[in-house]
Amino acid sequence: MRKPVPDDAADVPLMRAEGLTKHYGQRIGCQNVALEIHEGEVIAIVGESGSGKSTLLGLLSTQLEATAGRVHYRMLDGETRDLNTLTEAERRMLLRTDWGFIHQDARNGLRMGVSAGGNVGERLMAVGWRHYGNIRAEAVDWLGRVEISDDRIDDPPTTFSGGMRQRLQIAKNMVTRPRLVFMDEPTGGLDVSVQARLLDLIRSFVNDHGLAAIVVTHDLAVARHLSHRTIVMRHGDVIETGLTDQVLDDPQAPYTQLLVSSVLQ
Amino acid sequence: MSTAETTFAGEEADDASPYNFAYLDEQTKRMIRRALLKAVAIPGYQVPFSSREMPMPYGWGTGGVQVTASVLGRNDTLKVIDQGADDTTNAISIRKFFEKTAGVATTTKTTDATVIQTRHRIPEEPLSEAQVLVYQVPIPEPLRFLEPRETETRQMHALEEYGLMHVKLYEDIARHGHIATTYAYPVKVDDRYVMDPSPTPKFDNPKMDNCPALQLFGAGREKRIYALPPYTDVVSLDFDDHPFEVTRFSQPCALCGSTGVYLDEVLTDDKGGRMFVCSDTDHCETVRARNRARNA
Repeated sequence: MRKPVPDDAADVPLMRAEGLTKHYGQRIGCQNVALEIHEGEVIAIVGESGSGKSTLLGLLSTQLEATAGRVHYRMLDGETRDLNTLTEAERRMLLRTDWGFIHQDARNGLRMGVSAGGNVGERLMAVGWRHYGNIRAEAVDWLGRVEISDDRIDDPPTTFSGGMRQRLQIAKNMVTRPRLVFMDEPTGGLDVSVQARLLDLIRSFVNDHGLAAIVVTHDLAVARHLSHRTIVMRHGDVIETGLTDQVLDDPQAPYTQLLVSSVLQ
Repeated sequence: MSTAETTFAGEEADDASPYNFAYLDEQTKRMIRRALLKAVAIPGYQVPFSSREMPMPYGWGTGGVQVTASVLGRNDTLKVIDQGADDTTNAISIRKFFEKTAGVATTTKTTDATVIQTRHRIPEEPLSEAQVLVYQVPIPEPLRFLEPRETETRQMHALEEYGLMHVKLYEDIARHGHIATTYAYPVKVDDRYVMDPSPTPKFDNPKMDNCPALQLFGAGREKRIYALPPYTDVVSLDFDDHPFEVTRFSQPCALCGSTGVYLDEVLTDDKGGRMFVCSDTDHCETVRARNRARNA
């Protein structure tokens, strides 16, 4: 489905942000953030509540308007564009085809009154699929991949457990084979065994599909399991960034040291 | 303040009606006509208008009545139907309303009418270029039950994002094995806007397509007007493997014997007796008169 990446494009990051700043009136959401992400790479953004993680995610995914700074994205046609210059139609097309967004609360990412199959099929219908049989077959396929049995395809997500809802949300986003997925606390509120399965699932998608992901989490274990690189935020500033193992095992900034040592052993 | 100023205009006029022609004041009609012109210029697009309080409750056709009042002229002949019938409460009271406030001629014959206000059938008799069909619309937004935010639905219309409409049809097939929506069946107008044809039975959807008459839609509570100019393409949405189908009836009308018309079920007793008769009362009477003439 996807065009092969030209050789010289391998060095061009999928997404590049520079000087990204968001002010809420006098208060700072986040300031002067720069980051790059390539295909197949997972970046974790960690920090305590109010550190600006979600603001940053909102800025990168164009859901918030930046006070200053730019985000560049290499579009499906290979051209890198400033996301600010996209038309609203292009932006929304990007959001529902080439990107995914996994919310902490699945209710924000799913249509709760629509069956699981309808939820998975929504993006397909949005890009012009008009054959019921094909849409359904694709939905069955994706539900299978996220370990939801096909006899639940006509049940609404209200009848699903928290873990199933989260997996359904992943299927709904993955069905158009996005290249970049944003995740906001994807395992928040789930018990540990369900968390582990979900993390395995996300990891397998990253490996199998060369997916890039930006994961916001306050859970350092999630960052360790999923991400290649980690960004530590505090009071809206990036205070440390590097390979995940490096950041978590040998933290340099005092705040990161505090954060790492606060994890219950 | 003098006494003359406190008396109502109508009390002083001898024979003249106390109302302005067709109830609404001229400024209001002008405002509605401007909305109508815009609606005709952009087929299927919902034009906001400042809907007035009417002397009837919301849900009784306040939108349709305002549109009718704005297009009605002194030489028009008005027909009002409520689900095809000329003799139900809603139809009679609206007809009387315009008899009283506009003094226009009224009729029950489809062929004689120049303006037809409907809730929500389209007459069986084919309409002509000389006629205007005015629909009373409760909920003009076809995407409303899937997307509650007005800001979002407007955006979706603007960007032609109509995938969600198919999610609704998908849900129908998943639940019932076929598209079970039988009324307010969504249509695409002039290959651009998706429109709710008001709670018209889907049986009538094909009649909207390429219709010679001007079709106007008024939603009073929701304050929206939209329109189909004559000869506009109106396509019912469907799936490739589940195409749109009109409702079919297994028997003819029990009174006039017509087939291929929309039938209402009428209970005749409390022992399960029932019959199916034309929903369009004028059509039924016309056919019966013709049958009598033939048999005489």
